[in-house]
Amino acid sequence: MTDTSTTPKIAALSRRLDRTDSTRPRFLRSVRETPVALIGAALVGSVILVALSAPVLAPHDPVAQIAQPLLPPGSGFLAGTDEFGRDELSRLIWGARVSLYVGMLAVLIALTLGATSGVLAGFFGGLVDDVTMRVMDIILSLPALVLAISITAILGPSLTNVMIAVGLVYAPTFARVARGPTLAVVRVPYIEAARAIGASSGRIIARHVVPNVAAPILIQTTVSLSTAILTEAALSFLGLGTQPPTASWGLMLSASRQYMLIDPWIAILPGLAIAVTVLGFNLLGDGLRDVLDPKIRPL
Amino acid sequence: MRYLARRALWTVTALLGVSVLIFLLVRLLPGNIVDIIAGTEGQLTADQRVQVLREFGLDKPLPAQYFLWLGNMFQGNFGWSFRSGQPVAVLLASRLPITVELAVLAILGVAVLGVPLGVAASVSRSLRLRTLVQIVGVLGLSLPSFWIAILLMIAASYLLGWMPALIYVSPLADPWVNLQQMFLPVSSLALGLSAVVMRMTRSSMLEVLGQDFIKVARAKGLPALAVLLRHALRNALIPIVTILGLQTGFLLGGVVITEQIFGLPGLGWTLLNGVYQRDYPVVQGTVMLFAITFVLINLLVDLLYTYLDPRIRYD
Repeated sequence: MTDTSTTPKIAALSRRLDRTDSTRPRFLRSVRETPVALIGAALVGSVILVALSAPVLAPHDPVAQIAQPLLPPGSGFLAGTDEFGRDELSRLIWGARVSLYVGMLAVLIALTLGATSGVLAGFFGGLVDDVTMRVMDIILSLPALVLAISITAILGPSLTNVMIAVGLVYAPTFARVARGPTLAVVRVPYIEAARAIGASSGRIIARHVVPNVAAPILIQTTVSLSTAILTEAALSFLGLGTQPPTASWGLMLSASRQYMLIDPWIAILPGLAIAVTVLGFNLLGDGLRDVLDPKIRPL
Repeated sequence: MRYLARRALWTVTALLGVSVLIFLLVRLLPGNIVDIIAGTEGQLTADQRVQVLREFGLDKPLPAQYFLWLGNMFQGNFGWSFRSGQPVAVLLASRLPITVELAVLAILGVAVLGVPLGVAASVSRSLRLRTLVQIVGVLGLSLPSFWIAILLMIAASYLLGWMPALIYVSPLADPWVNLQQMFLPVSSLALGLSAVVMRMTRSSMLEVLGQDFIKVARAKGLPALAVLLRHALRNALIPIVTILGLQTGFLLGGVVITEQIFGLPGLGWTLLNGVYQRDYPVVQGTVMLFAITFVLINLLVDLLYTYLDPRIRYD
């Protein structure tokens, strides 16, 4: 009879072994088998490209009032004009910059705060773990948007404060994602071996813990980019985020509410831009999960 | 029982933590709280200032202020609105039913739409269907609910020439008008979530359908539908209930924007107006109520597990 308690460990170990042997080819093969990740990557790639080349791509100044307000698409302006006679297309293009900029910095804040505290909590355990994770649980006891609204209300509405608010709100998710694999890896014999030969905690974390946490964190980062962009749009929509006249999709959508029955396009297009971007990051994250997480096999 | 006690204790601790968090957040406010209370009228003499501080208990040290606030909350006193002078508890009690109606109808909509679609999609295992369900599911996560709301309003008025009454009508006053008013907001919240739940239902069903007892049920000649619903769905429900519970948080956030768009004077609307008017007792009270609701729903989801699957015992 085999000892049942060691079988899963052996299985996990052998899985880890054959992952290190052939990570690259299997990774690429899986990506080809997962059209979802490719569609996501293509969407994300195009939005990033648009954001980067905004100064070249945008036909007009996004804040210049250059034409009659609320022109329909096609009338000399590819996407029409908004309620102040600004070129809608240029605003959509520059809006990509704001969305990605806020989204990326917010996720960077969440990642730095969350992943660091998650790894430290899992690695040191005991009181450090208890205190850190309880604080995270308390933050998670509030619906994300409600907390983000409260924080921006306190800090005042601005682009920077939205980043801080979104970063703080999503840090606990990163902490949880980073803590799990850390807890699993500190119990593995080779960590004990590393300790025995005198490796410092810092070295063990950098050499052994971080590589094990990297994959789930990468997935979480991609998915969080989508939620961060969505939250920025929501906060700007409520007037608590990006301030006019900056071109922000959430803000454009909010302003369109008064005119949507006269010119539905100014309500449809910014929402479409948000949807495409968020969809791209979500599909990419989803596809990455299929590829990187061996526990979830596609059904 | 032991688990239940621990779980309840943690619920209380979490809420206390949230109350500290909310209290500190509001105390971090830039600017003098007296000026905020006095609003635009501003210009108080030093004496009046002290009087206002004393009236709101703001002259005491921070910990004393916190315990005063907490103690009052336990007695159902959430303070008074800076703007209207109305007790916050009374205000919240009148707003809560609207949000509850919105959220309950939305979750019902999600269950009625998402679960059957997921079960139907689980009948086939084709890769193409899997990809389609996956994309639709992710789409549900990606479309902002406030955009769906705007699209629904445009569609209703352009295609049907229909706009529900703008001033909120209570279901007790006129259920039919109320239901009409709730239709678009509920749809805007439920559509996206249904897609997510559909996907979850399908994958959860497929996992159960692959197990031996399903083969046995089929082998003994049960009709396919009975196998699907009575044997498979019952066992697939746990992850579905989990995701529904988790989505409630998402829904509570969505409610804030939805109420704002459709002018429904619920909790979210109250929170935002409190924020816009810098009416901090209202903000504090509303956020606290959101937290209580959220934490209780999570507790409920945990307890539902034992009901759905008697194999799960928490002790």
